[in-house]
Amino acid sequence: MTMLYNEPSPLETRVVSKRFGLPNSASLDTFLATGGFEAFHKAREMKPEQIIEEVKVSALRGRGGAGFPTGLKWSFVPRNSPKPKYIIVNADESEPGTCKDRLLMEYDPHQLIEGILIAALAVDSHAGYIYIRGEYRYLIELMDRAIAEAYAKGYLGKNIAGTGWDFDLYTHSGAGAYECGEETALLDSIEGKRGIPRMKPPFPAVAGAWGCPTLLNNVETFSAVPAIIRDGGKAFADLGTPKNGGTRLVCISGHVNKPGVYELPLGYPMMKAINEVAGGIPHGRKLKAVVPGGSSCPLLRAEECDIAMDYDTLAKAGSMLGSGGMVVMDETTDMVRVALRIMRFYAHESCGWCIPCREGTAWLRKILSRMVEGNGRREDVALLGELSKNMLGRTFCALGDAAAMPTMSIVEKFAEDFEKYLVPEAVLV
Amino acid sequence: MCLVEVEKTPKLQVGCTLPVAEGMVVRTDSAVVKEARKGTLEFLLTNHPLDCPVCDKGGECELQDMVFRYGAAESRFTERKLHVDEKQWSPVVYFDAPRCILCYRCVRICNEGMGVGALGVSDRGVISEIIPNHYDHLECDECGACIDICPVGALTSGIYRYQTRPWEMNHVGTICTHCADGCRTTLGVRNEKIIRGNNRDRSGINGEFLCIKGRYAFDFAAHPDRLQSPMIRQTGGFEPVSWSKALEVIAGRFQNVKARGGKFGIIGSNHTTNEENFFLAKLARQGLGTQNVDHHRTGDLATFFDALSGRKEALATTGDLYTAKAVLVVGSDLAQQHPLLSYQVRANFRHHNAHIYTVTIGPVREDHQSAGAVRVERGGEVAGAWSLREKLKAETSLVIVFGDAIQGDGLRKLVAFGDSLGIPVKYVCLVDYSNSRGAFDMGVIPRNGGMSREQMLAAADLDVLWVIGANPLKNAALASEDAFVVVQDLFMTETARRADVLLPAASAYEKSGTVTNVCGEVQKLKAAIKVMGAKADLEIFGLIAKEMGLNLGIWLPDRVFEEIRKSVHGYNVPLPVVATGGAAPTAPLNGHVAMLPGAIQSACDTLFTSGSLSRYSNILNSVMEAPGAVYAGEKRAGGQ
Repeated sequence: MTMLYNEPSPLETRVVSKRFGLPNSASLDTFLATGGFEAFHKAREMKPEQIIEEVKVSALRGRGGAGFPTGLKWSFVPRNSPKPKYIIVNADESEPGTCKDRLLMEYDPHQLIEGILIAALAVDSHAGYIYIRGEYRYLIELMDRAIAEAYAKGYLGKNIAGTGWDFDLYTHSGAGAYECGEETALLDSIEGKRGIPRMKPPFPAVAGAWGCPTLLNNVETFSAVPAIIRDGGKAFADLGTPKNGGTRLVCISGHVNKPGVYELPLGYPMMKAINEVAGGIPHGRKLKAVVPGGSSCPLLRAEECDIAMDYDTLAKAGSMLGSGGMVVMDETTDMVRVALRIMRFYAHESCGWCIPCREGTAWLRKILSRMVEGNGRREDVALLGELSKNMLGRTFCALGDAAAMPTMSIVEKFAEDFEKYLVPEAVLV
Repeated sequence: MCLVEVEKTPKLQVGCTLPVAEGMVVRTDSAVVKEARKGTLEFLLTNHPLDCPVCDKGGECELQDMVFRYGAAESRFTERKLHVDEKQWSPVVYFDAPRCILCYRCVRICNEGMGVGALGVSDRGVISEIIPNHYDHLECDECGACIDICPVGALTSGIYRYQTRPWEMNHVGTICTHCADGCRTTLGVRNEKIIRGNNRDRSGINGEFLCIKGRYAFDFAAHPDRLQSPMIRQTGGFEPVSWSKALEVIAGRFQNVKARGGKFGIIGSNHTTNEENFFLAKLARQGLGTQNVDHHRTGDLATFFDALSGRKEALATTGDLYTAKAVLVVGSDLAQQHPLLSYQVRANFRHHNAHIYTVTIGPVREDHQSAGAVRVERGGEVAGAWSLREKLKAETSLVIVFGDAIQGDGLRKLVAFGDSLGIPVKYVCLVDYSNSRGAFDMGVIPRNGGMSREQMLAAADLDVLWVIGANPLKNAALASEDAFVVVQDLFMTETARRADVLLPAASAYEKSGTVTNVCGEVQKLKAAIKVMGAKADLEIFGLIAKEMGLNLGIWLPDRVFEEIRKSVHGYNVPLPVVATGGAAPTAPLNGHVAMLPGAIQSACDTLFTSGSLSRYSNILNSVMEAPGAVYAGEKRAGGQ
């Protein structure tokens, strides 16, 4: 278990991943020996508002993909609700190119538990659920083991660590739907229903699981909380750039020499991440495109990649930092096939609730398949763009957008790649 | 499809889920909105087959209407459409998946509206499909609400599919004749045949609700066994005769018996109209000089009105069940026996968080919403209600709905219990069939020493037994072997077989008049079809009276109703309300009501039975037995 998936890079700033690679890093003993639960005890001495303020100061933003300021989200949970409040951890990590939450649960589950407990103190909650994607079966077992260990040693359950605080934590298995990573669909799923997005408002903070106030964050978001409370929000914020606090786990895959998960501060230069942290592109080939943060982000052309990796800079460049799943593509990559691969995924994963996404993804997939099979028509290229545009912003959740945006960016930025798939006009009598 | 443009909001908003805010400016018809809707339609049409020319929904299809309005007639979709074969889920429900636009309305109405939850969704994305939760078939109320609410032709009914184009029908709004709830049903009629039943304009006390009976069980009217000619018993069987011959025989015999002071026994119907019941009671008392008039009484209305006499606001309307803060159901399985009332109670729970209480001999559907469910042995109902007293006292108002388990002293005790709660209480005394209430109110009951139904059948010296739309000999014998038996009915029932003269009667769908539902609301019937040979019971009464030389007034329904409004207490209802198809509540609480002899028993019908009518309804006989009808096993002697 001490074997890591990839060699760490000396260029990393390891805060959240600091226990990765330690012997028995997943055990409570290792956790306690390396500063574990210090932050919880500190938080127990703080007022809830102070905890939330500290998280606000840290400029921590949601690590699931949307990048919403975490402290602000916490402050939305109503203080004096007569209903129970729930903490839900989104561990439905399904975004193609993203593989960080599993490491956090595998190598440092107690850090996640501590983060959950601090959040519980902040919003006055006494029960939580970790919603783990069904394909992460082994992680559910690991997490259950960690939870059992925490219960056994008094770090979960009644009177946690002698502080008088009670909290129960459970794992809940997803059943294989990407859609259930969307927070409201996740809530439906955890309630035992079909995972489809809910209308918002009300937002989960006000009416979430079983209609009760619910604080819902990504695994990495919760995992960053102990460091924020232990070292102070300011120290965490200073690691990154303004409004983009701290570090995050970047999952670099594709055409690089050393693919892997690396913890880099927000605002880290993208080209440096590719060329130095991930060891550059093999065979001396040139960079063609980058998916900056999971398959739902608009792609960047090589010349756009000289950019700092933080939420605001990428948004300005017309893309997103997303979930940290960075896919690097070299000059040999066929962007039409990339578009098809992405669309196959979204057509397969669309839950079917909203019409534009349900029908649009299937239609786009059919057009792209036909093109790749050699039956493309010139008007198809424009049609791809127009259909994507018709999907954009017209669905309950972001899945429709997630399917539309990369397609639109490929059509716009890599139009030349479509040429070879078009049947010459003369043949189409 | 409901995307709207909201000022100061960059993205189009989903209109149906967007809360209204102060000062909000919403555009529903701007160029951007139209373009977005057209785009959505284009998506919807990608996998929707364009089989409109043969689709049942053609002409009434919301998708067609939308395309007509927003365009998108030209398709850019050149790929292969998905196809799935059509499925039959039950005798009532067919599903054509390719036509389905996955709006989930059917799933929701079955779950939220009906409380049945028979439908779900399989798979996801573009291949997701509506499926029964029993995989390949439905185990449900077969109410057809899913078919009714389907915006396209994906869900179609086994009764109506491929029968007609919608615009070829005449639509006749009338009242369902099966149970006492009095749902409005609009019958689609083509060439003197009822093809469809629904409540297309959502008018009537039932709104969008109808059960299988109101929606599909009109088929008894076209059953080949319908009687179409008067018949006289001869040795060796019945012989068809002319109406004039039959009337002459009846009138002659009636005159004879009347002249020698013989004994008449008249059993009326709880399906016939108020006008018919009124005219029959008049004919019996004034024309034949007998008090021996009765019908199959299914609820103790006599004690009910007596116990509540002099009170105001004591009778609940159908609407009250939807608005009451609390409802107590005693001794009835509403979902089986009174589907509309059950629906009202469920909707009240869903929309207003009403508190529902049940006191029954077994599990009923209302238990799911129940704030207190009590199980009792038959006879223990009042005691069961007492056990809920503390909870009920905390309510602000209450409607008590009770079945035939509560009668006589038990009924008075229940009213005393209601009085003891110290909150306003209204009551519904449950009765069966479309006009039990009217039969009672119009006086088809043994007043002033008249004989009850049981006494008539048991009297060995009965000279005439005249049965209108009832089947008393199904479970009982006629003691008088020499009695001259006249029967007016739709079918050759057990009673009809014993007739000396048998007259073919029109069904409720073939005549005009009014009926009074279980909550005392008067509604108008409108004739939808004509059946050859049959006459409305009112006309038959009039002709018999005329043949006997009696002058009982004109027997046109409107004229008789005028007389009812003047002479029957509580029936002076506003005419425009009834004339325009509304429901006018009656107020029959008029002081002391005499106790009546004879038994009171519910027919204990289920969702799929309704006396002899259901025996001749192919659709009711074809569906699977409805689960959980706890009172059906109680079916005792006396049913029709």
